[in-house]
Amino acid sequence: MTQIRLTTPLTDADVEKLRIGQQVLISGLIYTGRDAAHKRMVDLIKAGKVNELPFDPKGQIIYYVGPSPTKPGRVVGSCGPTTSYRMDPYAPELYKLGLKASIGKGKRSPEVIEAMKKYKGVYFAAIGGAAALIAKSIKSAKVIAYPDLGAEAVHEFVVEDFPVVVVNDTLGGDLYQEGIKIYAVK
Amino acid sequence: MYIFNCEQHLAKGGIKIKTINTSVITENVARMCQEANFNLGEDVMEAFKKGYEQEVSATGKDIMQILIKNAEIAREEQVPMCQDCGYAVIFLELGQDVRIEGGDLYEAITEGVRRGYTDGYLRKSIVSHPLERKNTGDNTPPVIHTKIVPGENLKITLAPKGGGSENMSQIKMMKPADGVEGVKDFVIEVAKNAGPNPCPPVILGVGIGGTMEKAALLAKEALLREIGSENEDPEMAKLEEELLEKVNNLGIGPQGLGGRTFALAVHIKTYAAHIASLPVAVNINCHAARHKEVVL
Ligand code: SF4
Repeated sequence: MTQIRLTTPLTDADVEKLRIGQQVLISGLIYTGRDAAHKRMVDLIKAGKVNELPFDPKGQIIYYVGPSPTKPGRVVGSCGPTTSYRMDPYAPELYKLGLKASIGKGKRSPEVIEAMKKYKGVYFAAIGGAAALIAKSIKSAKVIAYPDLGAEAVHEFVVEDFPVVVVNDTLGGDLYQEGIKIYAVK
Repeated sequence: MYIFNCEQHLAKGGIKIKTINTSVITENVARMCQEANFNLGEDVMEAFKKGYEQEVSATGKDIMQILIKNAEIAREEQVPMCQDCGYAVIFLELGQDVRIEGGDLYEAITEGVRRGYTDGYLRKSIVSHPLERKNTGDNTPPVIHTKIVPGENLKITLAPKGGGSENMSQIKMMKPADGVEGVKDFVIEVAKNAGPNPCPPVILGVGIGGTMEKAALLAKEALLREIGSENEDPEMAKLEEELLEKVNNLGIGPQGLGGRTFALAVHIKTYAAHIASLPVAVNINCHAARHKEVVL
């Protein structure tokens, strides 16, 4: 299977050419966040304090993950994706500010899919549970905000060939629906 | 009320009583927490390989291969196969001729979980109150199910359970008239609704009968059965096969990206039901189907 390579930050053109089902290898900086971090970030946006966000979402990728603790001598713990729907209430606000992609596992809401169409963003699936393998593509990791949240703190990862699949593209396509249609036995 | 003294009993009946110290229990639980998270069972690995061979989608095949590789890395490097190291669910089978000494049995198990998750760099995913949601910091408390059985052994089974797949599990109090067709429809509905969220390929534990909580427990116990082992009840064995084919034919596939390996196995456990009820529970386990047991 052909794999596309992308390096962050991403432009509209980078994501507009992606189509559902494509396998992508990501390199560069990515940011992490789960439920609690998202709530804090969106509260800031709603309060008009965009400049206080842990990072500028423009052109960036956010990865929904809460890593396991880092063993001594290692870069990061195991870190596969968490289920994305819990971030659905917050995601449109971030795409609106220029976020180009999110990485997680599981279906997104119609509102998030609509926001991705409108603001030119995509959603990638990482392989849920392949956490020891995914950790191999993370070359450095540091907490940049909300250390009080523990595993849920916002991390900055430097990644190399981080493997994902395009699930929702900028056209509103949804691999979770299309994939099933191809393989369902009637 | 009559209180029998243990030693008197021994003298009269000659019954053997085994004494187990709580420190041994704590050590074993701590060790199992790490082992379960680092070393995926051989039966699951075999099921991955079979899934890889049978999968018809190219992406699905790639995913099966990634999962095999992931389990190998976890085992070689002794790191958790998944970042969600789970809720520590423990099944105890306590022989009625066992005496526990050295303290509180449940506290000994809790201490084992605390040590295992802390020393093993496992993720702590438990909040002390479901609404206040403050992390306990050591993955305690565990959920403990105890059964008293004949004999002089203590069997401890630890099954760390991930949140993603637990969240997609369901229970339904059906009507007896819904029958086996109703059960099938419900299992398929649960699978469809779960889609990519529980990290397929999954194992479906189906509990049929009993009361509401009994059905849920049966479903969870069904997940402990070795993949590839036959159900003792030939009718249920047939139903398992039929359901496996049906849920895989939904086309959900590995990770929900399309394919024919949504489930690696369907395991059913049944129990007597009330004349008025047909409880059915479906507990989903992700491919990180972790469990370890020890007999003391
Ligand atoms: S559902 Fe299982 S494999 Fe997926 S993230 Fe949770 S524990 Fe890991």
